[in-house]
Amino acid sequence: MTQIELRGIEKYFGAVQVIKDLNLSIADREFIVLLGQSGCGKTTTLRAIAGLESIDVGDILIDGQPVQHMKASDRDIAFVFQSFSLYPHMSVYENIAFPLRATGRDRAGMDEEVRAVAKTLQISHLLSRKPSALSGGDMQRVAIGRALVRRPKAMLMDEPIGALDAKLREEMRAEIKRLHIKQGSTTIYVTHDQVEAMSLADRIVIMHEGVLQQIGSPSEVYGHPSNLFVAQFVGSPVMNVAEASVADEGGQLSAKLRGASQGFQLPPAFSDILSTAKAENGNLSLGVRPEGVLVSREARDGFIPVEAHIIEPLGSHDIVDLKLGEQMLRARTKSGFVPQAGTTVWARIDPAQAHFFNTATGMSLGIRL
Amino acid sequence: MAHIELKGITKTFGNHTALKDLNLQIADGEFFVLLGQTGAGKTTTLRLVAGLEKPTAGTVLIDGKDMADWGPAERDVALVLQQYSLYPRYTVRENLEFPLKPAIRRVSPAEIKERVDRVAKTLRIEHLLDRKTDRLSGGEMQRVSIGRAIVRKPRVFLMDEPLSALDAKLREALRTELKNLQMNLGATFLFVTHDQIEAMSMGDKIGVLNNGQLVQTGTPQEIYTNPKNTFVARAVGSPPMNLIEGKISGGEAITSEGLKLPLAAQAGATTDNRLLTFGVRPEDLVLESGAPAEARVHDIENHGVEKIVTLRTGEKFIHATVPAQIDLKLDEQVRFNWNPDKVVVFDGGSGVSLRHAG
Repeated sequence: MTQIELRGIEKYFGAVQVIKDLNLSIADREFIVLLGQSGCGKTTTLRAIAGLESIDVGDILIDGQPVQHMKASDRDIAFVFQSFSLYPHMSVYENIAFPLRATGRDRAGMDEEVRAVAKTLQISHLLSRKPSALSGGDMQRVAIGRALVRRPKAMLMDEPIGALDAKLREEMRAEIKRLHIKQGSTTIYVTHDQVEAMSLADRIVIMHEGVLQQIGSPSEVYGHPSNLFVAQFVGSPVMNVAEASVADEGGQLSAKLRGASQGFQLPPAFSDILSTAKAENGNLSLGVRPEGVLVSREARDGFIPVEAHIIEPLGSHDIVDLKLGEQMLRARTKSGFVPQAGTTVWARIDPAQAHFFNTATGMSLGIRL
Repeated sequence: MAHIELKGITKTFGNHTALKDLNLQIADGEFFVLLGQTGAGKTTTLRLVAGLEKPTAGTVLIDGKDMADWGPAERDVALVLQQYSLYPRYTVRENLEFPLKPAIRRVSPAEIKERVDRVAKTLRIEHLLDRKTDRLSGGEMQRVSIGRAIVRKPRVFLMDEPLSALDAKLREALRTELKNLQMNLGATFLFVTHDQIEAMSMGDKIGVLNNGQLVQTGTPQEIYTNPKNTFVARAVGSPPMNLIEGKISGGEAITSEGLKLPLAAQAGATTDNRLLTFGVRPEDLVLESGAPAEARVHDIENHGVEKIVTLRTGEKFIHATVPAQIDLKLDEQVRFNWNPDKVVVFDGGSGVSLRHAG
């Protein structure tokens, strides 16, 4: 049972404020991923929870108890780093057993714990090896084993698989998730890789320049980004965003991108919802993910003609750049759907996948059609 | 305007053979991508074309002329590397002017200005022209490097992983820009990368290199749908093609884990009981009740637009791509099928596709 709460955290390095008024409440057994670019404050936040970094303002509570004045060793939290930090002269067994030696457990009890953890991580056959004889993935398994063995209140992980190659990263990701489900320990995991965040997290916390941008489940963050930063940070290829204006001409609603010759028709049913957007005209941006741009090879009702510019065949699907006046929109199509660059095709925006933002503040207007 | 041909190129460094009997043609105006892992021989190939290395055997031809006695400068090729090698104390404009300055090029000051301005516009770095290069971001620096290569209008562009040091978002943007540039300039590009997405998305043609040997050359579509062997099958696509061992019996595929799956009629009855490998892309697997094979959900990777599911059958793992709306739970039992028309059958021993073996 471990709940973690951050209340109004601020942190300065000299004159630079790296965390700004951070509030976060993490439930027992939850898997939280802190996502952001390097320098966004995610690692500092993690280190502050662990007690490896002090904070200037705010409270860190573990199970309701303020811990910001407690030493790292008294917080009962385990930390796994990107670099493996194993004792090179000790065997895998001794590395995993090490944290238990300080607890004064009896030999038999210790042995049982170490073997149970090794079994969970499928490294039982490696127990007598030295770390130097292990692969990168196995070393990280041992590091995780050493963190788990003393049954900490929470697991904190800082890009634990960032140094591994792509294939191993994918395998380890699956293992970490399965392990979390089995052990149920509250976990906070830091990464800059949005796919990792989407795949692992119960909730993702997105940070940018020390400021929390959004907290939500992977599908919330992907489907309802709260601002332009989140919209363009999560998802690949990135969401199309263009300045736009919404018009209502004789009952026909349309959204026109700046520099485009024609607007995209929107169903009349959205007239009420769109009035909010219309009020923002001049300061309105429209966002749509490539899969929200629908493409037809023939002229169709509600579709506008566009020129296919560059086609990126990715095998399973294509990403096609569509040129509308001065604007470029990326669309996701079936592979080979648009035969060649220069072809005229017809496009429309799926209203259910349109996002509206205030251009100046970047904030989502919260309009969903 | 240049056509490049490599004929029977072998290159050894001491007793290490970097390239073995490489034959390759790049058409005029083509965007050719050499795809391979570290040590496959990609960079060596590029350096041979640039004239920075001499082949141990074989010839490099540009526009039909043997380049053996031509130095790098005479070949009129431009090289862009992963590390931007800009002059830090010069402004962007000075960096761009630099290749045109030597008197031997005989470019008038007015023309230098015009060319630099045009290149800056193409690469959208006009606003940076007066800035020192150490005040630029990584993406801007790489654009200036490319600009410096373009400005002297070389016959051939040689690019060695120019995007790999950039972050994902920038890489995505510059990919389109480079392709756009090649279309506008009509220049011949030889682009080297280990990133299959770059190869697929930019190449008119892809050459897959493994251990100094060219395994297959073709359009991205050909490489993706009709790989010559299991190496190529796993070299493109993310996640890569599933390779499932088994055999054919009674017109059905029987996998090593005992699953029975349908095959298209032309898969061949002649291969009965021969050891085979079935190749199927994750997007050609379908999860549906009543499907012939059973598996357990081992992992779910959420990509927003779709989910990549790892299925476990016995001791083997298989990837499947499913729409994001499908709700799955870890360890759930599911049934799956594959699209028999999309299954590629490889020989179990040699790994060569039966279609290519003839």
